[in-house]
Amino acid sequence: MFQELGVEVLSMSIDSVFVHKMWDDHELSKMVDGGVPFPMMSDGGGKVGTVYGIYDDDAGVETRGRFIIDPDGVVQGFEVLTPPVGRNVNEALRQIQAFQLVRNSKGAEATPSGWRPGKPTLKPGPDLVGKVWEVWKTDLAFD
Amino acid sequence: MGKEFKAGCARPTGGPVGGKQKEALSPNNENVKEEKQMIMVGQKAPDFTAPAYQKGKFINVELSDYLGKWVALCFYPGDFTFV
Repeated sequence: MFQELGVEVLSMSIDSVFVHKMWDDHELSKMVDGGVPFPMMSDGGGKVGTVYGIYDDDAGVETRGRFIIDPDGVVQGFEVLTPPVGRNVNEALRQIQAFQLVRNSKGAEATPSGWRPGKPTLKPGPDLVGKVWEVWKTDLAFD
Repeated sequence: MGKEFKAGCARPTGGPVGGKQKEALSPNNENVKEEKQMIMVGQKAPDFTAPAYQKGKFINVELSDYLGKWVALCFYPGDFTFV
Protein backbone atom coordinates (compact mmCIF):
# COMPACT_ATOMS: atom_id res chain seq x y z
CA MET A 1 0.00 0.00 0.00
CA PHE A 2 2.80 2.43 0.87
CA GLN A 3 4.55 1.25 -2.29
CA GLU A 4 1.49 2.03 -4.40
CA LEU A 5 1.62 5.59 -3.10
CA GLY A 6 5.35 5.84 -3.82
CA VAL A 7 6.19 6.07 -0.13
CA GLU A 8 9.46 4.74 1.29
CA VAL A 9 9.08 3.35 4.79
CA LEU A 10 11.97 3.57 7.26
CA SER A 11 11.81 2.23 10.79
CA MET A 12 14.13 3.05 13.67
CA SER A 13 14.72 1.85 17.21
CA ILE A 14 17.65 1.75 19.62
CA ASP A 15 18.26 -1.95 18.88
CA SER A 16 21.37 -2.95 16.95
CA VAL A 17 21.17 -4.13 13.34
CA PHE A 18 22.00 -7.60 14.67
CA VAL A 19 18.89 -7.64 16.85
CA HIS A 20 16.85 -6.30 13.91
CA LYS A 21 18.04 -9.28 11.86
CA MET A 22 17.08 -11.74 14.61
CA TRP A 23 13.66 -10.15 15.06
CA ASP A 24 13.02 -10.29 11.33
CA ASP A 25 14.33 -13.87 11.02
CA HIS A 26 12.52 -15.29 14.02
CA GLU A 27 9.29 -13.36 14.34
CA LEU A 28 8.45 -10.76 11.71
CA SER A 29 9.08 -13.09 8.77
CA LYS A 30 6.33 -15.28 10.26
CA MET A 31 3.92 -12.34 10.09
CA VAL A 32 5.00 -10.89 6.73
CA ASP A 33 5.86 -13.08 3.74
CA GLY A 34 9.53 -12.63 2.92
CA GLY A 35 10.20 -10.57 6.02
CA VAL A 36 10.36 -6.84 6.47
CA PRO A 37 10.97 -5.19 3.07
CA PHE A 38 12.17 -1.78 4.31
CA PRO A 39 15.38 -0.75 6.11
CA MET A 40 15.23 -1.31 9.87
CA MET A 41 17.55 1.37 11.19
CA SER A 42 19.51 1.37 14.43
CA ASP A 43 19.74 4.43 16.67
CA GLY A 44 21.97 3.30 19.51
CA GLY A 45 22.01 6.02 22.16
CA GLY A 46 18.92 7.65 20.70
CA LYS A 47 20.84 10.45 18.97
CA VAL A 48 18.50 10.63 16.01
CA GLY A 49 15.41 10.18 18.17
CA THR A 50 16.58 13.05 20.35
CA VAL A 51 16.85 15.37 17.36
CA TYR A 52 13.32 14.36 16.35
CA GLY A 53 12.07 14.98 19.90
CA ILE A 54 10.73 11.47 20.48
CA TYR A 55 13.56 9.82 22.47
CA ASP A 56 12.64 9.08 26.09
CA ASP A 57 15.98 9.24 27.86
CA ASP A 58 14.52 8.09 31.19
CA ALA A 59 13.36 4.82 29.63
CA GLY A 60 16.19 4.75 27.10
CA VAL A 61 13.89 4.03 24.17
CA GLU A 62 12.21 5.83 21.30
CA THR A 63 8.50 6.54 21.69
CA ARG A 64 6.14 5.72 18.81
CA GLY A 65 6.86 8.73 16.62
CA ARG A 66 5.79 8.69 12.98
CA PHE A 67 6.86 11.43 10.58
CA ILE A 68 5.55 12.07 7.06
CA ILE A 69 8.31 13.68 4.99
CA ASP A 70 7.60 15.09 1.52
CA PRO A 71 9.88 14.88 -1.55
CA ASP A 72 11.51 18.22 -0.59
CA GLY A 73 12.52 16.74 2.78
CA VAL A 74 9.91 18.79 4.64
CA VAL A 75 8.04 17.27 7.58
CA GLN A 76 4.34 17.53 6.74
CA GLY A 77 2.99 15.74 9.77
CA PHE A 78 3.85 13.67 12.78
CA GLU A 79 2.17 11.64 15.46
CA VAL A 80 3.71 10.42 18.70
CA LEU A 81 2.22 7.74 20.94
CA THR A 82 3.42 6.18 24.18
CA PRO A 83 4.64 2.59 23.79
CA PRO A 84 1.54 0.51 24.70
CA VAL A 85 -0.72 1.86 21.95
CA GLY A 86 -0.10 0.92 18.34
CA ARG A 87 -0.56 3.17 15.36
CA ASN A 88 -3.36 3.24 12.82
CA VAL A 89 -1.70 2.48 9.49
CA ASN A 90 -4.83 3.47 7.56
CA GLU A 91 -4.71 6.92 9.11
CA ALA A 92 -1.07 7.34 8.08
CA LEU A 93 -2.00 6.32 4.53
CA ARG A 94 -4.97 8.71 4.52
CA GLN A 95 -2.77 11.59 5.60
CA ILE A 96 -0.16 10.79 2.95
CA GLN A 97 -2.88 10.68 0.28
CA ALA A 98 -4.17 14.05 1.48
CA PHE A 99 -0.70 15.62 1.47
CA GLN A 100 -0.06 14.21 -2.00
CA LEU A 101 -3.33 15.65 -3.30
CA VAL A 102 -2.55 19.09 -1.87
CA ARG A 103 0.96 18.97 -3.32
CA ASN A 104 -0.25 17.86 -6.76
CA SER A 105 -2.79 20.69 -6.79
CA LYS A 106 0.08 23.08 -5.95
CA GLY A 107 -1.89 24.27 -2.96
CA ALA A 108 -5.09 25.05 -4.90
CA GLU A 109 -7.00 22.37 -3.01
CA ALA A 110 -7.27 21.57 0.67
CA THR A 111 -8.69 18.51 2.38
CA PRO A 112 -11.26 19.23 5.08
CA SER A 113 -11.74 17.24 8.27
CA GLY A 114 -12.50 13.58 7.66
CA TRP A 115 -11.41 13.73 4.02
CA ARG A 116 -10.47 10.50 2.39
CA PRO A 117 -10.05 9.68 -1.32
CA GLY A 118 -13.40 10.17 -3.07
CA LYS A 119 -14.68 12.86 -0.70
CA PRO A 120 -14.85 16.50 -1.87
CA THR A 121 -11.91 18.82 -1.37
CA LEU A 122 -12.13 22.56 -0.79
CA LYS A 123 -10.66 25.24 -3.05
CA PRO A 124 -9.66 28.06 -0.70
CA GLY A 125 -10.04 31.56 -2.12
CA PRO A 126 -12.06 34.76 -1.79
CA ASP A 127 -15.25 33.09 -3.05
CA LEU A 128 -15.15 30.42 -0.37
CA VAL A 129 -14.89 32.78 2.59
CA GLY A 130 -17.97 32.31 4.77
CA LYS A 131 -19.37 29.79 2.27
CA VAL A 132 -17.84 26.56 3.48
CA TRP A 133 -21.18 25.65 5.09
CA GLU A 134 -22.74 25.62 1.59
CA VAL A 135 -20.28 23.14 0.12
CA TRP A 136 -19.19 21.07 3.11
CA LYS A 137 -21.45 19.33 5.61
CA THR A 138 -20.37 18.09 9.03
CA ASP A 139 -21.46 14.54 8.09
CA LEU A 140 -18.42 14.52 5.83
CA ALA A 141 -16.15 14.61 8.87
CA PHE A 142 -17.20 11.06 9.67
CA ASP A 143 -16.89 7.81 7.74
CA MET B 1 19.28 2.08 -1.51
CA GLY B 2 22.08 2.59 1.05
CA LYS B 3 25.63 1.25 0.81
CA GLU B 4 26.23 -2.19 2.22
CA PHE B 5 28.75 -2.42 5.03
CA LYS B 6 30.61 -5.28 6.60
CA ALA B 7 29.51 -5.84 10.16
CA GLY B 8 32.41 -6.06 12.58
CA CYS B 9 32.48 -6.49 16.32
CA ALA B 10 32.06 -2.80 17.08
CA ARG B 11 28.43 -1.90 17.11
CA PRO B 12 27.80 0.39 14.13
CA THR B 13 26.26 3.72 15.03
CA GLY B 14 24.94 6.70 13.13
CA GLY B 15 23.65 10.09 14.13
CA PRO B 16 22.53 13.46 12.92
CA VAL B 17 24.24 14.86 9.82
CA GLY B 18 25.49 18.46 9.82
CA GLY B 19 23.83 21.09 11.98
CA LYS B 20 25.05 21.91 15.41
CA GLN B 21 26.96 19.32 17.35
CA LYS B 22 25.99 18.77 20.93
CA GLU B 23 28.11 20.96 23.15
CA ALA B 24 29.48 18.80 25.93
CA LEU B 25 30.75 21.63 28.06
CA SER B 26 29.65 25.17 28.64
CA PRO B 27 32.22 27.99 28.71
CA ASN B 28 32.33 27.48 32.50
CA ASN B 29 33.08 23.79 32.06
CA GLU B 30 29.71 22.82 33.48
CA ASN B 31 27.62 20.15 31.92
CA VAL B 32 24.84 21.64 29.92
CA LYS B 33 21.54 19.86 29.89
CA GLU B 34 20.42 19.83 26.30
CA GLU B 35 17.11 21.52 25.78
CA LYS B 36 14.48 19.17 24.41
CA GLN B 37 12.51 20.38 21.49
CA MET B 38 9.95 18.95 19.12
CA ILE B 39 10.55 19.59 15.47
CA MET B 40 8.05 21.71 13.52
CA VAL B 41 5.77 20.70 10.69
CA GLY B 42 6.57 22.64 7.54
CA GLN B 43 10.28 22.57 8.39
CA LYS B 44 13.02 20.40 6.94
CA ALA B 45 13.40 16.98 8.50
CA PRO B 46 16.78 16.80 10.25
CA ASP B 47 19.16 14.71 8.16
CA PHE B 48 20.82 11.68 9.73
CA THR B 49 22.79 8.62 8.88
CA ALA B 50 22.10 5.25 10.45
CA PRO B 51 23.10 1.63 10.05
CA ALA B 52 20.22 -0.58 9.01
CA TYR B 53 19.24 -4.16 8.32
CA GLN B 54 17.33 -4.79 5.11
CA LYS B 55 16.62 -8.14 3.50
CA GLY B 56 19.72 -9.98 4.62
CA LYS B 57 22.14 -7.08 4.33
CA PHE B 58 23.58 -4.46 6.62
CA ILE B 59 23.46 -1.07 4.91
CA ASN B 60 23.99 2.57 5.73
CA VAL B 61 20.94 4.78 5.31
CA GLU B 62 21.11 8.54 4.91
CA LEU B 63 17.80 10.37 4.99
CA SER B 64 18.93 12.85 2.32
CA ASP B 65 19.26 9.94 -0.14
CA TYR B 66 15.46 9.88 -0.11
CA LEU B 67 14.98 13.45 -1.36
CA GLY B 68 12.48 13.33 -4.22
CA LYS B 69 10.43 10.66 -2.49
CA TRP B 70 7.75 10.55 0.18
CA VAL B 71 9.03 8.99 3.38
CA ALA B 72 7.21 7.53 6.37
CA LEU B 73 9.74 7.51 9.22
CA CYS B 74 8.58 5.36 12.11
CA PHE B 75 10.23 5.13 15.52
CA TYR B 76 9.27 2.39 17.98
CA PRO B 77 10.41 1.37 21.46
CA GLY B 78 12.11 -1.87 20.66
CA ASP B 79 12.42 -5.13 18.77
CA PHE B 80 10.45 -8.01 20.28
CA THR B 81 8.16 -5.63 22.11
CA PHE B 82 4.57 -6.52 21.71
CA VAL B 83 2.53 -3.85 19.95
